Amino acid sequence: MELRPYIIRRLLLLIPVLFGITLFIFAITMFFSPIERATLYVSSPRQMADLPAVIEQYGLDEPFFVQYGTWIGQVFSGNLGWSVVVGMSVWDAIWNFLPATLELAIFATPLIIFMGIFLGTTAAAHKDRPVDHGTRVMAIFGWSLPTFWLGLILLMVFYGYFRGLLPPSRLSIQMDMVVHSADFIRYTRINTIDAILNLNGAVLLDALRHIILPVITLSVTNVAFIMRLMRSSMLESLGKGYILTARAKGLAERVVVNKHARRNALIPVITVSGYLFAALANGVVITETIFTYKGIGWWAWQAAVNLDIASVLGFALFNSVLFVLVNLVVDILYTRVDPRVRLGGTVQ
Amino acid sequence: MSDWKLMARQLVRNPLSLMGIIIIVVFVIIAIFAPLIAPIPEGHRDPYMIPRDGYSAMPRPPSEEHIFGTTQGQYDIFYGVIWGTRSAFRVGLVVIGIVVAIGIVLGSLAGYFGGVIDEVIMRITDIFLAFPALILAMAIVAVLGPSLRSVMIALTVVSWPSYARLIRGDILQVREEDYIEASRGLGASSGRVIIRHALPNAIYPTLVMASLDIGAIVLSAAALSFLGLGAPEGYADWGQLTSFARNWVVGPPGDSLRYWYAVTIPGLFILFFVLGWNLLGDAFRDILDPRLARR
Repeated sequence: MELRPYIIRRLLLLIPVLFGITLFIFAITMFFSPIERATLYVSSPRQMADLPAVIEQYGLDEPFFVQYGTWIGQVFSGNLGWSVVVGMSVWDAIWNFLPATLELAIFATPLIIFMGIFLGTTAAAHKDRPVDHGTRVMAIFGWSLPTFWLGLILLMVFYGYFRGLLPPSRLSIQMDMVVHSADFIRYTRINTIDAILNLNGAVLLDALRHIILPVITLSVTNVAFIMRLMRSSMLESLGKGYILTARAKGLAERVVVNKHARRNALIPVITVSGYLFAALANGVVITETIFTYKGIGWWAWQAAVNLDIASVLGFALFNSVLFVLVNLVVDILYTRVDPRVRLGGTVQ
Repeated sequence: MSDWKLMARQLVRNPLSLMGIIIIVVFVIIAIFAPLIAPIPEGHRDPYMIPRDGYSAMPRPPSEEHIFGTTQGQYDIFYGVIWGTRSAFRVGLVVIGIVVAIGIVLGSLAGYFGGVIDEVIMRITDIFLAFPALILAMAIVAVLGPSLRSVMIALTVVSWPSYARLIRGDILQVREEDYIEASRGLGASSGRVIIRHALPNAIYPTLVMASLDIGAIVLSAAALSFLGLGAPEGYADWGQLTSFARNWVVGPPGDSLRYWYAVTIPGLFILFFVLGWNLLGDAFRDILDPRLARR
C-alpha cells in the first residue's frame, strides 16, 4: 500500500494552493483604504470603536507583503475580523450560522445522491425508450431552472396558495421560543436532531415543515446533474464484457443492472462529490436568501449587500479551504473504492 | 466541411436540439427588434432603464397599457423582459468572448510549451478553482461595488480557469502529431505553429461547447442580480425583475396568487433562455462523444 506517501504528497501540495488562496483574498482587500480594511483585524466591539488604533497596531500602511504576513498570522490565530452585519467576530458568526446550513445539507445531500443515481440508472436501463427521453428532458429542464425563481414559485404555491402549509424561515415564532427555552437542550443547534434528542415532536414537525422547500430548491439542479452523469456512466458500464457474461449465464436483468453494472458505474459519481460540495455551497447562498433561512449563506448575502468585506472574504476563505479539503478526501476515497486507480501516477 | 453539414443535419433532426435552436432564434429576434417590440417612450433617456408608471410599491395586473403588468415600483414588466433580453445577450457574449480569449492564450501557452510555464499557469488556475464559483463571484462584486460591469468582471474571473484547462488539454493532444513536428522542422516559429496548426486542429469542439455556456453565464449573472449585486435599480435585467417580486410572492388573504405575473414572467424568460442553450449543448455533447451516442 502506497497510500501514506500519497496522502503526504497531497498534503504538501495543499500548501502552495492555500498560500495562493490567501494571497488572492488579501490582494482583493487592497482595493480598500486602511480604515475600510481595519475590520479584517478587529476582534471585539471595543476595537471596532477605535479603528485608527487598529490601523496603527496592525501596520495597515506598511508594504503589501509585511501586511500580508501580519494578516496571515491573525488568520492562523483564529482572527478573521469583525462581522459588522451581525455584530460578532467572523469566526463566531460562522459557528453561529453553520448548524442551520448543515441541517440543509444533511437533508439535501442524500436526496440528491439517491434520486440522481436512481433516475440515472433507470434512464440508462431504458435507453432510447420513453422513460429515457422523459428523464432526459426533465434533467435539461432542471438544469436550466433559475433556482432563485423556483424558490419563489414554491413559496407562492405552498406558502401562499396552501395557506402557510410550508412557510419560510427556520422555525415558527412559538417553536423558536420553545427551542430557546430553558428545558430544551440545544445539543447540536441542528433543530431536527435536537428535537429528536429532546423527544419534542412539535418542534420536529415544525422544523421539517420549514425545511422541505429549501431542500427541494437546493436539490433540483444537482439531481439533474448527478442523473446525467450516472446515465452516461451506466451506459458505459452496460457495454462492458462482464455484463455480456452475466447476461449469458442467465442472470436476471435486474441483478445485472443493479449489481454488475451499477456498482462499477458509481465510481465516476464519487469523483464529482467535490463538485457537489461546491454546488451546495453556492446554492445555499441563494436558497437561504429566498427563504430567510438564517444559515451561513444568508449571513454571507447580508454581508455582501451591506459591503461588510471582512465577512464576505472570511466566508470565501472558509469555503475555499473546506472545498480544497473535500477534494483531497474525495481523491483519497477514490483510490480506496477503485483499486485500479494508480496512486500518484506510478505503475503498480 | 462535410462534417459541419452532417452535424447541422443531426441537430435539426433531433427534436430537442431543434427546439433549442428555435428558442435561441426567437430570443435573438427579440433582442434585435427590442425597440420595435417595446418602443422607447418619448423623452425617455436611457432605453435600458425601464419606464415607470408611478411610484407605488404594489404591482399592478396586466392591462392594455402594460400587457404583462407592472412590478414593484411600477416598472413595466413587458418592457423590462424585452430589453432584458439585450442585457442577457450582452453579459453572455462579452463574458464568453473574454473568457475564451484568455483560455486560448493561456491554455495554448501552457499546453504547447509545457515545463515551467505550464506549471505556473496550472497552479494559478488551481487557486481560482479552489473557490465555489458563485461565492467568489459574490465576493468580487461586493468588493468592486454592485453594477453590471462588476458582474461581468466577476464572472470572467471565476470562469477563465476551466477554459484555459480545457484548451491546454486539447493542445496537449495534438502537440506530438506529425504535422506539428513537420511544421517545426520547416522552421516555423512557435507562434506560427500554435496559431496555424495546433489551434485549428485542436479547439473547435471546445469553442462550440464554450459558446453554448452562454446560458450558464446568463443564469449566474441573473442570480447575482437577484441577490442585489448586479444591475442598478430599474435597469432592464431579468434577475432584478425577479427580485422585485420577492415581497409580492404571497397576495392578500383569499387572493393569494394575485401577483403571479410579477413572480412568474421574468423567471420564465430566464428559464427559456437558458433552456435553449442547454438543449443545444446537450445534443452537441452527444455528437461530439460518439462513444455514447452509438451505443
